[in-house]
Amino acid sequence: MSEGLIVSNLSVDFGAVNAVHELSFHIRPGELVALIGANGAGKSTLIRTLSGLITPSQGMASWNGVSLIGQRPEELARQGILHISEGRAVIPELTVSENLALGGIWRRDKKDVEIAREQTLTIFPVLASRLGQRADSLSGGERQMLAIGRALISRPKLLFLDEPSLGLAPLIIEEIFKTIDALRTQFGLTVLLVEQNAMSALRIADRGLILNLGVLVATGTPDELIADPQLRAAYLGI
Amino acid sequence: MRSRRFSPLVHGALLALIGAVLLFLSGFVDELRTYQGAQVAVYVIAISSIVLLTGYSGQISLGHGAIMAIGGYAAALSFVKWNFPFEIAILFGVIVGTISGFILGVAAARLSGPYLAGTTLALAVGLPTLADQFKILGGEQGLNFDIGDPPSWIAKIEGSSFTQYKWFFWITMILALFTLWAITNLLHSSFGRNWRASRNNPVAAGLAGINVARGKVFAFTVSSSLASLAGALFGLLLGLVTPSAFPLSLSFAIVTGAVLAGVGNIAGSVLGAVVLVALPELSGSLATHLGNSQKVSANLPGLAMSLLLIIVVLFLPNGLGSAQLVKKLRSKLKTT
Amino acid sequence: MFIDTLLIGLSSGAIYSLMALALVLVWRSTRVINFAQSGQAVLSTYIGYEITVRTHNYWISLPIAIIAGALLGSFIDLLFIRVLTKRVKSGPIAEIAPVIATLGLLGLIQSLIGLVWGDAFLQYPSPLSAKGFTFGSHTIPFSPQNAMIVLSSAAILAIFGIIFKYTNLGLALRAASFQPEIAQLAGVRVARVRNIGWAFAGSAGAVAGAVITPTSTLSPNSLDLLFVSGFIAAVIGGLDSLVGAVVGGVVLGVGFSFILQYIGSSVTFLMGFIILMIVLLVRPRGIFGSKAGRHA
Repeated sequence: MSEGLIVSNLSVDFGAVNAVHELSFHIRPGELVALIGANGAGKSTLIRTLSGLITPSQGMASWNGVSLIGQRPEELARQGILHISEGRAVIPELTVSENLALGGIWRRDKKDVEIAREQTLTIFPVLASRLGQRADSLSGGERQMLAIGRALISRPKLLFLDEPSLGLAPLIIEEIFKTIDALRTQFGLTVLLVEQNAMSALRIADRGLILNLGVLVATGTPDELIADPQLRAAYLGI
Repeated sequence: MRSRRFSPLVHGALLALIGAVLLFLSGFVDELRTYQGAQVAVYVIAISSIVLLTGYSGQISLGHGAIMAIGGYAAALSFVKWNFPFEIAILFGVIVGTISGFILGVAAARLSGPYLAGTTLALAVGLPTLADQFKILGGEQGLNFDIGDPPSWIAKIEGSSFTQYKWFFWITMILALFTLWAITNLLHSSFGRNWRASRNNPVAAGLAGINVARGKVFAFTVSSSLASLAGALFGLLLGLVTPSAFPLSLSFAIVTGAVLAGVGNIAGSVLGAVVLVALPELSGSLATHLGNSQKVSANLPGLAMSLLLIIVVLFLPNGLGSAQLVKKLRSKLKTT
Repeated sequence: MFIDTLLIGLSSGAIYSLMALALVLVWRSTRVINFAQSGQAVLSTYIGYEITVRTHNYWISLPIAIIAGALLGSFIDLLFIRVLTKRVKSGPIAEIAPVIATLGLLGLIQSLIGLVWGDAFLQYPSPLSAKGFTFGSHTIPFSPQNAMIVLSSAAILAIFGIIFKYTNLGLALRAASFQPEIAQLAGVRVARVRNIGWAFAGSAGAVAGAVITPTSTLSPNSLDLLFVSGFIAAVIGGLDSLVGAVVGGVVLGVGFSFILQYIGSSVTFLMGFIILMIVLLVRPRGIFGSKAGRHA
């Protein structure tokens, strides 16, 4: 039962403000779980804590038995735990090719890095056509693909996606979510998907977690969550 | 920000009282201490110019020594060439300094952080060289600014022991106290609030209707008025103004003093000024104690000042007189 | 006459570029203006001096000075800068704290040098002649030592340019300086990479000190004005840009040289101030500076 992502009693405080309160949940390997909630619910804070950017005030989090707390973000990334942050996950001043390369420069197995890069360019052909361009010349959707592509080259096992749909047109959002679902299957990834766009996320998710003001208010399969009229009204926007 | 403890009137009365006490006490100390007291007073004015500019308006200047030079040279020039009485000469120095500050402030408002630091640094290095270029400024010899002996009416009241240094102390100390009073009022007014708001969050301030750029220029101008006053008084104390009286290290020294004071803290200016004057003296005597070698005596003051600066910046960001420090000390005393 | 002035300008411009480069390296990796740069450089130069004087070999002292500069830079980052950025994050002092702290460090280094070596002006011996090359009857004011200055500056710039553009380390350095958080999340050991940036900057400063000091004298303050020029050059070029550092240095060097020749020595720095003001008023970010680079 130490398999997967286990979060236990996690609390995060910023001075007097409590952003996350005694959160506990379990994500099994291979699951895609959607983390839903309004702005300020604590979703980003939770993700940033799990990826090592913030230190929690109490509680535990572990992946396959190894504790996440106390490790630096770059060490977690090197262990296959990748966090694609909200809105700014690419380095605008570097080219597409350089951004992708960043996912592999620390990896020892250079042959596999090449293979992963080829795979990425096959999955996202638009990147292949823009290799020499600076990342800030890409559209929002293309940047998201670049960020995911870079993460793939790092051979991730656990992926935190923070609001990938932010600022994107509905058609692109659909494409991105389809891609995430396909990648999850193809590479056997475990994914924690943070989204305000609850319905799109629940469509591809195995389970959902609903967060409000730092507290977990509901968990369940998408069907279970949608079936509840109160949850629907309050959090799912339908 | 603490709301002010005393109303302007009470504050003014308190300062006047402190002034009277200091004047009285100055009769009991020797010439050296009196002169140093005058130095402290001048540094108080100079440091408060930085506290205003950096602590409240958030602009860095590494070149306020140059602005002091402008004030000093303008005062001396009018004193020597046009025979202004020294009070008017000082006023003239302040006026010239204020106008220069306004011009610089307009440019400075467009720059931020390191770019402003670099520009003011270049000014500090470049300006004193003007003295060599224009003969009227006296070159390396500089200009005389010897205001002579105290006027006779003072000697009549105070008695014959009223020396020139005591006269200096009176002038500088009264001006320093007045500056403290005036600046405290300014900082507690809407100008001060606007400066702090603009410094903390310029975008929000702009949206709230504050003209951030105008505030910055105003802050730079007032700060330059203070610095040029300090510069004129500096020249008065020395009896002359030369390029070497306003080196780069002077600009660094007053910023240091402001940091020691706690950059947002006007009252701390006094503490900072005292440290600036006292530390070289203390480390000088320590150096003599340690054997009087040339190497030690020349470098120990600098070493001590640098160490103090580093410690204050790293561990006491609110300055030596800060509330933080007082709280820490109190709690330490309680547990023993 | 024109050629002579230009050559002198290029020679001093090369040095300004080195200093500017060191400042830009540190600025980009840590967002700190390292006012202690001239102190670090001069300390490395003193170490090189000791080696030269003891071994009577200038060429050995150069790499040793470089290594000393690199170690010193790395050391200062570890002990000093990390503490600084951790402790001082907000409040009225946050912006000027690094300025004051590095100024304090400068004073500390210079006082320590004075305590160990004294303040006397020393002569850094170099086998290269300081007399200008002669072509027939005309001696140009460009000596073998000047050639050394230009060549070593060009070499350092080329080496760093290659490292930054074509190596993984360079990519990591650039990524960490542009977006440290994203780089971290991608697996880049940002702290280690920044430390390397400081080491590079330290070595650049050491080279500058070691090649220019033989042309004048060595004292605790001998590189201070060079720092100011280097800073002006970096700001003119755009604090974020390595290329800008080079361009700024050359512009300033040639500019100073022509001012020196045709107007006179006393106003060079004042003209430097004016050049700086003009550049910044027209382009507040410097010639090659990026929009994001303006702020700390």
